[in-house]
Amino acid sequence: MNQPIVQVRNVTKNYRRDDFEIPVLQNLSIDVPEGEFLALMGPSGSGKTTLLNLIAGIDRPTSGSIVISGTDIATLGESALAKWRANHIGFIFQFYNLLPVLTAYENVELPLILTNLSKKEKREHVEAALSVVGLADRMHHYPRQLSGGQEQRVAIARAVVTDPALIVADEPTGDLDKKSADEILILLERLNREFKKTIVMVTHDPHAADRAKKIQHLDKGELS
Amino acid sequence: MKVLKLVYKNLLRHKLRTALTVLGIAVAVMAFGLLRTVVTAWYAGVESSSVNRLVTRHAVSFIFPLPIADQDQIAKVPGITDITHFTWFQGVYIDDQQFFPRVAVDPEKIFAIYPEFLITPEELAVFKKERNSCVIGEKTALKYNLKIGDMMSVRGDIYPGEWQFIVRGIYKPKDKATDATQMFFHYAYLDERMRQEAPSRAGQVGWYVMTVDNPDHAAEISAAVDALFANSRAETKTETEKAFQQSFVSLSGTIITSLKFISYVIIGIILLVLANTIVMTARERIREYAVLKVLGFTSFHISGLIFGESLFIAMLGGVTGIGLTFPVCRGFGEAMSSFFPLFNVEPSTIALSLVFSVSVGVIAAMYPAVKSVQTKIVDGLRQIG
Ligand SMILES: Nc1ncnc2c1ncn2[C@@H]1O[C@H](COP(=O)(O)OP(=O)(O)OP(=O)(O)O)[C@@H](O)[C@H]1O
Ligand SMILES: [Mg+2]
Repeated sequence: MNQPIVQVRNVTKNYRRDDFEIPVLQNLSIDVPEGEFLALMGPSGSGKTTLLNLIAGIDRPTSGSIVISGTDIATLGESALAKWRANHIGFIFQFYNLLPVLTAYENVELPLILTNLSKKEKREHVEAALSVVGLADRMHHYPRQLSGGQEQRVAIARAVVTDPALIVADEPTGDLDKKSADEILILLERLNREFKKTIVMVTHDPHAADRAKKIQHLDKGELS
Repeated sequence: MKVLKLVYKNLLRHKLRTALTVLGIAVAVMAFGLLRTVVTAWYAGVESSSVNRLVTRHAVSFIFPLPIADQDQIAKVPGITDITHFTWFQGVYIDDQQFFPRVAVDPEKIFAIYPEFLITPEELAVFKKERNSCVIGEKTALKYNLKIGDMMSVRGDIYPGEWQFIVRGIYKPKDKATDATQMFFHYAYLDERMRQEAPSRAGQVGWYVMTVDNPDHAAEISAAVDALFANSRAETKTETEKAFQQSFVSLSGTIITSLKFISYVIIGIILLVLANTIVMTARERIREYAVLKVLGFTSFHISGLIFGESLFIAMLGGVTGIGLTFPVCRGFGEAMSSFFPLFNVEPSTIALSLVFSVSVGVIAAMYPAVKSVQTKIVDGLRQIG
């Protein structure tokens, strides 16, 4: 088999608050093979979001190494890391985090601003991403004109528009009713199956976790 | 879509706030422009004064008169080529809000010594002949719709009584710096009435103006003139016309200094207005900036968004303010034309307004930009918003 797309090795993460350090993750290692759909579960405060942020390269470990698709991201500088994120990671938040001043189309187009794609290519990518999530007919709507489930689908389109190999999702259904949550989960499954995206999803919801191929539990900074 | 479009969309997010900030800056820039223009107009009189004319006045103050008899003595001082005298008449024309200077002069000399007042030989000839005639500046003629042959009634205050003058000439200014608001009439007309009504005030003039052959000798000539009247009842002070004008101006020098000071205070106010808006805006968007960073936007992009927005508001306000400066200064200049013969918005004032707008735009964005860039993504995302 190929080498795992995510290799977390002996990672420790402490947060500093005022004068003392809060240990969150201790000497944690985890591999995620390519094509995996992994659900991370665990009690509140166990460090799930922290781990996800480290894998996505939006935070840095206190020690240890994180190798994603062969790149040790802990060694990258700020702007190199930003560029790396733009190309390799799709991030889905619990609260969607769409920009309210932009339409669905413009929100999805946002990551493409940083690329050298032509206008036409950008439009094709955005339209393709929006039709995958089933919102091609809502492109010109603003976030406030969409339901929570629709907003999250726009956010998913934004996460996949640059065609990253790895998608991380932090409680993507946490703010949705059951029906909308199901739609989102079906979508993630499809991205995993049809589009061969590796997905790491944090969730509290056992029902959501069932959709994943594999479930891991994180408790007090340790995996089980 | 470009980053610029995001700047634009952000500007429209709080339309009222953006509009009020732009308006605030515009009004302040306009006030700055007006104040600067008042200051430059104030000095214009000094700048335009001739270097080869000297003024002799009473040593104590120019409000005290000098004997007319001094004239012949001064004229004999070596280096002096010509001499004439002026007497401040003032009086009330129409009402006490009409401020153009009204001065008694020697009709034979005034236009020779002041070549910047342009008058046709025909009009000058009539003016010289008619005792109760007067010559007025073009601006005053225009303002009060006065034509050759019209009567002007002035109620005297320094010289009591009703005074009638016939307009016999209208002089034009040689250039924009020349005062075209004055009214000149015969000193003899004033003096003969004084002889009848207040004999003690007859034979007195306000000040003398002399031309000299070499401006480099102004100091020696001035000293020689003043030496003539040392220890007399009316000691004199002679100086260049420029220095004389400055003594008028410096009377109000403190006011001018305050105006200058206030104009800089206004820049400070603009800065506060804009900084307030940008700080508020950036704080509201901490979470959005964190999301943009997650998507791969760098510090460069984020500060671009903040500086772009700040500069746009500052420039729009600045340009609107400059646009307002012209009509406001024109209106102000017209209303005050007797105080400020030259009231133009200087290019340097416009340049200063622009420079200040841009600087304010940059400075106001600095703190919020640094702050937003330094905020860690994870902290930004935890921000409730
Ligand atoms: N930016 C931060 N600064 C300081 N402490 C933090 C920060 N982020 C997380 N922590 C702390 O680290 C611990 C783990 O937080 P984390 O958000 O990873 O938990 P979680 O498993 O995602 O919890 P939840 O299920 O509630 O989302 C918590 O004690 C939290 O208070
Ligand atoms: Mg969490």
